[in-house]
Amino acid sequence: HYYITNNLRMLFYSFFKSLVGKDVIVELKNDLSICGTLHSVDQFLNIKLTDISVSDSDKYPHMLSVKNCFIRGSVVRYCHIPAEEVDPALLMDATRKEAQQNKQSTGA
Amino acid sequence: MADTQEPSNVIEEPFDLIRMSLDERVYVKMLNGRELRGKLFAYDQHLNMVLGDVEETITTVEIDEDTYEELFKSTKRSIQMLFVRGDGVILVSPPTRPGY
Repeated sequence: HYYITNNLRMLFYSFFKSLVGKDVIVELKNDLSICGTLHSVDQFLNIKLTDISVSDSDKYPHMLSVKNCFIRGSVVRYCHIPAEEVDPALLMDATRKEAQQNKQSTGA
Repeated sequence: MADTQEPSNVIEEPFDLIRMSLDERVYVKMLNGRELRGKLFAYDQHLNMVLGDVEETITTVEIDEDTYEELFKSTKRSIQMLFVRGDGVILVSPPTRPGY
């Protein structure tokens, strides 16, 4: 999996793309937690999950019949990610490169 | 193609300070009385972050109806690997506890 891109501002987009097919838990700003398989992500970090289940007991029964969902990126607080799918060294390297690119492009 | 500069170790702007914290444990203060302590693996200009071995603390204040006493409660949980969306972040800092 590769996080390094030539595009500015795409670090986390690439990061999430490398996690497609993996199980994640998306915690929303309204405290709802949704567990599911990451189907797709876009540049705004909007997320599509498949085969979802609502974590934290079914305090939120209105999602019982929902299998797949689209989550607007701006309502996400956290994504819990399987640690074994992340390569920290690769991530840090890509972060440094993106920070460097951002700095150059804004003429700092 | 323009020459790429070598990353300098001089801290010029706030993001340089965060860059110094990569692969180090950081303290993150967030909205709604939440605090995170974890190892910083990635960040961007929005302060989206990936943290590892995170401990989240949520602090609430309950006020006694009669005595108006403030009661501070906190709950903690541990998460192995966490993506944090930047729009909830207030500040990022080295951990405040010595020897942490």
